[in-house]
Amino acid sequence: MNAAQHALRVETAGVPSANSLTVGAIKRPHVTVRGLSKKFGKTTIYDNFDLDIPRGELISVFGPNGCGKSTLINMIAGLIPMDAGQILFDGMQLADIKFGYVFQNYREALFPWMRAFDNIAYPLKMMNVSPAERKARTEQLVARLGVKIDLNLYPYQMSGGQQQLVSIMRALVVEPEILFLDEPFSALDYEMTLFMREQLQKLFMESGTTMVLVSHDLEEAVYLADHVLLLSRHPARVADFPAVTSPRPRTDATLSDPEFVSTKAHCLEVFQREVRRA
Amino acid sequence: MKEKLEPFLPVIGVVGLFAVWFGATSLKLVDPVLLPSPMEAGKAFYKGMYGVLGFDFVKTVYRTLMATAIAAVIAIPLGIVLGASEKLYRSLEFVIDFFRSTPASAMFPLFLVLFGVGDETKISVAAFGAILVILFNVAYGVMNARKTRLLAAKVMGASRLRVLFDVMLFESLPQTFVGLRNGVSLALVIIVVAEMFIGSQDGLGHSVFEAQQMFEMPRMYAAIFAAGALGYGLNLIFLTIERRFVHWSGK
Ligand SMILES: Nc1ncnc2c1ncn2[C@@H]1O[C@H](COP(=O)(O)OP(=O)(O)O)[C@@H](O)[C@H]1O
Ligand SMILES: [Mg+2]
Repeated sequence: MNAAQHALRVETAGVPSANSLTVGAIKRPHVTVRGLSKKFGKTTIYDNFDLDIPRGELISVFGPNGCGKSTLINMIAGLIPMDAGQILFDGMQLADIKFGYVFQNYREALFPWMRAFDNIAYPLKMMNVSPAERKARTEQLVARLGVKIDLNLYPYQMSGGQQQLVSIMRALVVEPEILFLDEPFSALDYEMTLFMREQLQKLFMESGTTMVLVSHDLEEAVYLADHVLLLSRHPARVADFPAVTSPRPRTDATLSDPEFVSTKAHCLEVFQREVRRA
Repeated sequence: MKEKLEPFLPVIGVVGLFAVWFGATSLKLVDPVLLPSPMEAGKAFYKGMYGVLGFDFVKTVYRTLMATAIAAVIAIPLGIVLGASEKLYRSLEFVIDFFRSTPASAMFPLFLVLFGVGDETKISVAAFGAILVILFNVAYGVMNARKTRLLAAKVMGASRLRVLFDVMLFESLPQTFVGLRNGVSLALVIIVVAEMFIGSQDGLGHSVFEAQQMFEMPRMYAAIFAAGALGYGLNLIFLTIERRFVHWSGK
């Protein structure tokens, strides 16, 4: 689809955005969430929740434990049904777009009976791509990302980080318009986490794909994000949606950059205010 | 030094058993008619395997594998279908559990009426027992497929049928092999019993029974040993296949 078609769709199928959250200067929204409601039993997780996710940005989702971060991206990615509301991607339904999802638990998300290469190529099989083209496109992706892992291994023969990298590649192979990641690094040791953050930043800069990352580590959330979505306790509201303007690629030096430090401090303040709220 | 001894540990039990056996017979602690010496039993085994015992052995192998194969062909597809639909499984769970708990040997008279006294009866009773064991395991394997893996397939656009064949089938394989190993063990037990009592002319069960009737004790011990070796061997073969085929199991 070309840009003109995109624009057309937004005009014709776009949702009124009078009540949408537009904090600061945000690009044309990619995902629009309107009137989202969700209950688990008697617990209301979302009640008439609105959100705009800007195109081509990396959004980190941060909030108290159990506030509904996973529930949010799972509903956007269609993994669990919503009770009410509408979620559109450039005015289109989920079924009409290509998207990727990276699970926290890579051990249970990859297929251990397939070699890493076939795991990465699997989504293409679901799109009825021919075996020869599957191979070509997977090889292309590997070359483009400069990944140096032996992809003939089975997942259980790889380190945790390598397995999660394979998961991310599996999500990227279809060239998704949007990528969801639910705490993708939280099962990795610290050293591997640092390495994987760099990998993800590289992938993001390389692909320009819209990414929604749930993280329970504030530094990671701010370090990787263009905007940090700070959620309140459930029923979840958007507590704040600050921009992170530090230039990319961000490095260790970014972590001590005054602007970065103040953004992070602001996020922490909002978070603590929300946690303390009864 | 300690590690080097490790592989030889299992041998100790075997050597010990033979030592006790040998000691008991040479010191005449037991009636030599009831318990012949290891050498006599060994000789009977060696001679038998080149003759009648060998023929009986092959017969029992054939019947056991036949029963297991029939059971697998019926139970695996059925188990997948049942496991994929939890409602269907729950509604049949009691029936399956009930027949799984029924001693298959109690079915001999019924199957005799149905199939007569030939091989069919032995094989079908053994298959009946093995089917329920395999079915149960396959269905549980499918039902206990990792939720995340099913979700991952769904998120990648896999249809229900695709999820069934690409994910559930593989997820259930480790448990399916547990079922196959239990199934083949059970089939062997049933076949040997059937060979003893329902008008059989051959097979290891018949061999044990006949030797006992004719008081040929060395031959009886040889047949018992052959049956034991068969059971152990079948289990080992299935384990080996499992390790090669379900290489990801337990990892
Ligand atoms: N399938 C479910 N059934 C019932 N309650 C659930 C379910 N999934 C999540 N919850 C509850 O909803 C709340 C939000 O969950 P989740 O989105 O996983 O939180 P988090 O922000 O930590 O990712 C939690 O209190 C959790 O206990
Ligand atoms: Mg979560």
